[in-house]
Amino acid sequence: MSILAFRHLEKIPSDQIPAVSIDAFRRDVLGAIAEGCRLVAFYGMPRANAAVRLVAVLAHDRSGELRAVAADPGESYPALAPDCPQAAGFEREIAEQWGVQPRGHPWLKPLRFHRSYRPSRDAWGRTGPESPPPSVLDFFRVEGEGIHEVAVGPVHAGIIEPGHFRFQCHGEQVLHLEISLGYQHRGVERALVGGPHPRTIHHVETLAGDTTIGHALAYAQAVESLAGCRVPARAQALRAVALELERLANHTGDLGALAGDVGYLPTSSFCGRLRGDFLNMTALLCGSRFGRGFVRPGGVAFDVDAALLADLRGRLEATFRDVGGAVNLLWDTPSVMARFENTGAVSPETAAALGLVGPAARASGREIDVRRDFPSGIYRFAQLPVSAVAGGDVFARAYVRWLEIQRSVEFIRGQTASLPGGAVRAPCGPPAPDATVVSLQEGWRGEIAHVATTGADGRFARYKVVDPSFRNWPGLALALRNQEISDFPLCNKSFNLSYCGHDL
Amino acid sequence: MIRALFERWRQKRRTVAYPAKPPSIPERYRGAPEIAPAACVAGCDACRAACPVDAISLADGSIRIDLGKCLFCGDCAAACPQGTIRFTRDHRVAARRRADLAAGPGERRLAEALDAKMKRLFGRSLKLRQVSAGGCNACEADVNVLNTVVFDLGRFGIQFVASPRHADGLLITGPVTENMALALRKTYDALPEPRIVIAIGACAISGGPYAGHVEVRNGADAVVPVDLYVPGCPPHPVAILDGLLRLLGRLEPGR
Repeated sequence: MSILAFRHLEKIPSDQIPAVSIDAFRRDVLGAIAEGCRLVAFYGMPRANAAVRLVAVLAHDRSGELRAVAADPGESYPALAPDCPQAAGFEREIAEQWGVQPRGHPWLKPLRFHRSYRPSRDAWGRTGPESPPPSVLDFFRVEGEGIHEVAVGPVHAGIIEPGHFRFQCHGEQVLHLEISLGYQHRGVERALVGGPHPRTIHHVETLAGDTTIGHALAYAQAVESLAGCRVPARAQALRAVALELERLANHTGDLGALAGDVGYLPTSSFCGRLRGDFLNMTALLCGSRFGRGFVRPGGVAFDVDAALLADLRGRLEATFRDVGGAVNLLWDTPSVMARFENTGAVSPETAAALGLVGPAARASGREIDVRRDFPSGIYRFAQLPVSAVAGGDVFARAYVRWLEIQRSVEFIRGQTASLPGGAVRAPCGPPAPDATVVSLQEGWRGEIAHVATTGADGRFARYKVVDPSFRNWPGLALALRNQEISDFPLCNKSFNLSYCGHDL
Repeated sequence: MIRALFERWRQKRRTVAYPAKPPSIPERYRGAPEIAPAACVAGCDACRAACPVDAISLADGSIRIDLGKCLFCGDCAAACPQGTIRFTRDHRVAARRRADLAAGPGERRLAEALDAKMKRLFGRSLKLRQVSAGGCNACEADVNVLNTVVFDLGRFGIQFVASPRHADGLLITGPVTENMALALRKTYDALPEPRIVIAIGACAISGGPYAGHVEVRNGADAVVPVDLYVPGCPPHPVAILDGLLRLLGRLEPGR
């Protein structure tokens, strides 16, 4: 066993990550998965001489241990995906970014439709300077009598981001759904290389705009670890308050949207307003409803005084009372429950195999939550119970959100009642050279993973971002198997995944 | 059923009084910047150096901020040794022309209403098709919020529709990625004429934080002509509503 074990947010010299033969790499990764690890990140790292090194980061949730191993595969290697489905998306990404072929990959298509980052090394042998057109490729097809295909997107009917969905149907029944994204690809991950520079924090805050606090926090923690910066306790508490407010706003909005998708308008319109009330609480802290400008390396950019805290607590109680009233109508309305229950079920085995994260995983009975398993900041001292339920259907994904709303409110009450004194920001120096850190955060959609690696100059040589949506989109595709196509909007909303977070 | 009715009564009427009354804006909100006419310290370019998106230019000792690029992060105001730049809580930032987004000392030209013919067509009923072209979902979310009971966009005759064929105009968010440029153009072409285009947020105006990336086209007007710009990252819902109402000539003079 050559794998390196380390702790969350531990600054490790990059050369300590063992580079082994590709056979040993496969053995180590698959062995760790068999032990119950999850693949947190799997990416290509450019080396001298235009070579690419593969790095896998794994998490063992029960012990709170992280592991990493690397290999230099040359131009191709035997794919992990056939033995480890959660590697499938990562391997498509590696092939697209670096032109390294995973041999035997069951469905090797581009993810984001951009040119290879290594000129003349294209996994699909595409030549020419132009960008490959999105989704212009063969889709998985079901054939036979009465089979038809439905294509939706990239432009959808609502005010939402673009993506393409291709359904293989028999009558109303969906036999297979393939999701083709990449329309939102704006080159963020590549632009992070060479940072931190003045734009870096803004790139991070817009990785997924509805998860500004989550991503900014993952980034800030990574930089603080690399720089050896200690964040004041007051800042840690305020960061967690902002992260839970982000969760409250989005969970409330999702429950309202789920109600809207089954035509239950009272909860839909109440929650539309209440979601905004939570966003306005974040604006109370920093002026921005999405938390722009709040989290900065070293702490937070805004302090609170007693009057602001009292205002925040008053609003929290009033809004929570109304959320309870709005949401509990759902569980008491048979026409809502008839649509929620047994729709779009994902089994615990599928959730584990795909490496689902966040409420989508917890709704399939997976008891994982970064706030408990890999706590950082104030979460090391103030624990939240993990909200997991069985069932895996739309109801379970809705109910997990309601449980989490209650626990987040309880958490904010506790934090604001005993906010530590002192400063809210400490000076944060430059990152250490030739070091790597893994930073995790439980965003409202699930685990956000950032892996930062610095070069000899202390600048980012690679900055890998894994948004929870990247992990969970395949879950939505499988949830649709054998469902009615008219339940797609409902299933989609029960995951509510980010397109830009996936496309980066 | 009776519980739903009771809950409806308990949740009360929640539509804001704006535009009849001034909007409620957060205390720490960073809206339109105010630039003091006082001359800068000779040779100082602290604000320009601090800006992450090159929105600031210095000429003849006076500062200009291109609100079309500005992320309203406030880093310039924090860097200025003299306090020349200050972000106010003024939500009114929309403009009809790209050049009108340059903020210097003195008054800015806010968006004027459509001409008489277009106003007759759209003034009391405007159907919009929204396209996100690389947006981070913050602008999209704060456009969406206009549909809630809080802003009740329908009371102004403005509605988001599901098809470009049903729409009078296009509301665009995001920097326009390479991968969305064609879909955006096709959506625009599907709109019946006459049609209008509204660009919401720094990305749709200039590329925002992604300006200069090879993966994007640096804003909507690289692909379609734009009639209204609403800056911000993202703009507050009231800033977007202010822009829409100005365009339709629906605000009382002086507001």
